[in-house]
Amino acid sequence: MSTSTTLEAPKSGTWDGGNEPMKASYGKLMMWFFLLSDAFTFGAFLIVYGLTRHAHTPYTGEAEAFTFSTEWWPIPEKVFNAFPGFHGVDLPLAFVALMTMILIFSSVTMVLAVEAGHRMDKKDVEKWLLWTILFGATFLACQAWEWTHFIVGTDEGMLLPDGTTYHGASMAFNQYGPPLFANLFFFITGFHGFHVFIGWTLLIVAFISTVNGVYHKRGHYEMVEKIGLYWHFVDLVWVFVFTFFYLI
Amino acid sequence: MSSTDISMTRDVHHVHEEHDEHHHDQNFFEKYIFSLDHKVIAKQYLFMGIFWAFVGGFLSILFRLQLGWPEATFTFLEPILGGWIENGKLNPEFYLALVTMHGTIMVFFVLTAGLSGTFSNFLIPLQIGARDMASGFMNMLSFWVFFIASVIMFWSLFIETGPAAGGWTVYPPLSALPEAIQGSGDGMTMWLISMALFIVSQLLGGVNYITTVINLRTKGMSMTKIPLTIWAFLLTAVLGLLAFPVLLSAALLLIFDRSFGTSFFLSDIYIAGQALSNTGGSAILFQHLFWFLGHPEVYIVILPAMGLVSEVIATNARKPIFGYRAMIGSMVGIAVLSFVVWAHHMFVTGMNPFLGSVFMFLTLIIAVPSAVKVFNWIATIWRGNVRFTAAMLFAIGFVSLFISGGLTGIILGNSALDIQLHDTYFVVAHFHLVMGAAAFFGMFCGVYHWYPKMFGRMMDEKLGYIHFWLTFIAVYLVFMPMHYIGIAGFPRRYYNWTGFETFNIFTDLNTFISLAAIFGFVAQFIFLFNFVYSIFRGRRATENPWHSNTLEWTTPVLPGHGNWPGEIPAVYRWPYDYSKPGAAEDYIPQTVPFSQTQSSNLPNEKDFE
Ligand code: HEM
Ligand SMILES: [Cu+2]
Repeated sequence: MSTSTTLEAPKSGTWDGGNEPMKASYGKLMMWFFLLSDAFTFGAFLIVYGLTRHAHTPYTGEAEAFTFSTEWWPIPEKVFNAFPGFHGVDLPLAFVALMTMILIFSSVTMVLAVEAGHRMDKKDVEKWLLWTILFGATFLACQAWEWTHFIVGTDEGMLLPDGTTYHGASMAFNQYGPPLFANLFFFITGFHGFHVFIGWTLLIVAFISTVNGVYHKRGHYEMVEKIGLYWHFVDLVWVFVFTFFYLI
Repeated sequence: MSSTDISMTRDVHHVHEEHDEHHHDQNFFEKYIFSLDHKVIAKQYLFMGIFWAFVGGFLSILFRLQLGWPEATFTFLEPILGGWIENGKLNPEFYLALVTMHGTIMVFFVLTAGLSGTFSNFLIPLQIGARDMASGFMNMLSFWVFFIASVIMFWSLFIETGPAAGGWTVYPPLSALPEAIQGSGDGMTMWLISMALFIVSQLLGGVNYITTVINLRTKGMSMTKIPLTIWAFLLTAVLGLLAFPVLLSAALLLIFDRSFGTSFFLSDIYIAGQALSNTGGSAILFQHLFWFLGHPEVYIVILPAMGLVSEVIATNARKPIFGYRAMIGSMVGIAVLSFVVWAHHMFVTGMNPFLGSVFMFLTLIIAVPSAVKVFNWIATIWRGNVRFTAAMLFAIGFVSLFISGGLTGIILGNSALDIQLHDTYFVVAHFHLVMGAAAFFGMFCGVYHWYPKMFGRMMDEKLGYIHFWLTFIAVYLVFMPMHYIGIAGFPRRYYNWTGFETFNIFTDLNTFISLAAIFGFVAQFIFLFNFVYSIFRGRRATENPWHSNTLEWTTPVLPGHGNWPGEIPAVYRWPYDYSKPGAAEDYIPQTVPFSQTQSSNLPNEKDFE
């Protein structure tokens, strides 16, 4: 239908179509948007945590005189003060600090894996992925220990009005404070741990594919990059979970 | 990012296109069941949506029978309802299950999945000039997860203790305690599982829609040249992406309260004098989480309808849409505001009146962008060369319903007035006009208009007119009287009101509403017939039967896999060049360069020639 002889080109600015405006492939964009929505899921949980905690009475007495009671929300240092191999020693937040370190290290090795992928250095990708997997597994193992300890409880336990002591935690009751303290702990750290586990599985898949040279043949390591985005996100969420549960 | 990145992504696309070309001989399963083609997936959504709409409509007729004829016995229903009807009397708990399932089905399965799922899938690639969605596989997954969610929800209708019965908003503690009501047993568990899957499906679809719009627009298709439909779908997907996860959070917490003994939403509850062990939770917290989704959700429902209507009105008024940028701006405004008004559903939960007034203020502001859109539609029709196609009638009907329902929204938005009106039929009337009926009209408008592109045939216009007028009249006959009984305080979700002396004067009105509802439901079978019949026997369509400007009409009558047989066309102008002075015809498709339309170019367009 064209009678005109002008060879007219449509505009070609950043947002004018025919290109990828943020220079990101669709796969990476999708990962970003998924993470955005996942952030809202976690956000909702943390808001539930904040509001629930706000609705409970805080402990107002001296820190030294603190005892576990369903009357008030416990002080985190008094709950999370155990360390494997140091039975009965009061090491407030030491173990969780270690866990956080491990996760942060895993983020660093993840960055290195992605960077190696950009260089198309198969050996390095393998190496750093393996480190990340290792740190991830350590974190999950630490969390398993932490949960076990939380569930089993301490020797002292909580003295109940009828004279008996209650040790550890279940969904209905726990030795540390109101039921919701344990409910939220299980739910939110569990949900985060589940995310770590998913990421860890993805990393293993990526590692196997790397070893088999799948990405090398494909000409790029974008898959590693996408999993990397997810992994960093999960770390970031941990920082928030850590702040809410252990610091505040 | 680096240059490797660019070459890398180009590579990905290359692979993608090759893949398209190699798949010409697919088997039946690849082609119609587990298809990756956005057009097939759109139709799958449409069929599911229509199926659900009839189920949801049927449930509403059942409870309208009860409300319209409270003293009657419905022995004739015994064969279908079995144990739910005793001596011709509807079981009261079953009544609650009916309203719950009606709401859930209509809001989520029809007007969210059926509407967005159909039209976002069908129109996004076609209107932005893409071969398919960014990820066809995730798109297919999205549909099949929705399908599984549907199966579970449908199945829950037939279990012995009945489906969920705590209202579509599933407030705990009612929904959390199986002891409270039968429907909170297995039915509620299935509801939660189904909705969790539904949300996953929405997210899979949503990231795909957004990414496709950002990354796959054809050359020249800038963000201010895409049709308003695409803007609407984009914003809808963004809303879904941010709102649905919060519902997922609420649902997961509720699942834990129900099945694992936590107390997130439960506190101080006595059942038959027996105290439950749960302490410290808050039921109001659930309402906050629910409505943080719930309010954006109503816009997830209405925005796609607005997009479809804008497009159809411009095409059939043969005029450029009035205020294209204002339309985009108001949609963005609505989308942003929709996240900060949720508490207007909770004015009477005992919230601080000051907080109430803040939410009232924010709520009333939404009326501004809404009004901008209404005035723009009216201005577009104003002195247009209007062609009253069936789609156009439904589009105009949409505007009418949106105005009528929007006005009552402003009344409800006043926290003081809401004390009287909350949980009455006034609310029911409000949201059925503004959301229920209006979104259905948007959907009908879309189906009538894009049917030729979907099935290569035309729907029957005469039947379309009849369907429109009967539906339009029925909707107003049903919902106008509801305002009246609502103002009088008639409460919603009551199985039986004959015990209240005051409300007996409304017996006739209730019977009238029920009759109108049955009348309206029956009229939908005209549509169903027209829809199914036309697939096989409809008049054959041409490539561009409505003389429309947008890209989908430059494809063959029945676009194949990949949409355009040759290269994807480039785009030079916005989609609303209708009746441009000086132009040869009353429409100029987006693919026509300005150099070919010198007689009609405006001074500022001369530069592009
Ligand atoms: C002018 C703009 C609007 C205002 C000021 C407004 C205000 C309100 C208010 C205050 C309520 C709560 C009433 C109560 O429960 O007591 C309400 C309910 C509702 N509105 Fe609107 N609304 C507006 C537009 C819309 C739109 C556009 C939709 C949907 C597309 C919608 C859908 C609903 C629904 C579904 C409910 C009831 C939910 C339920 O309780 O089951 N509204 N509206
Ligand atoms: Cu609302």
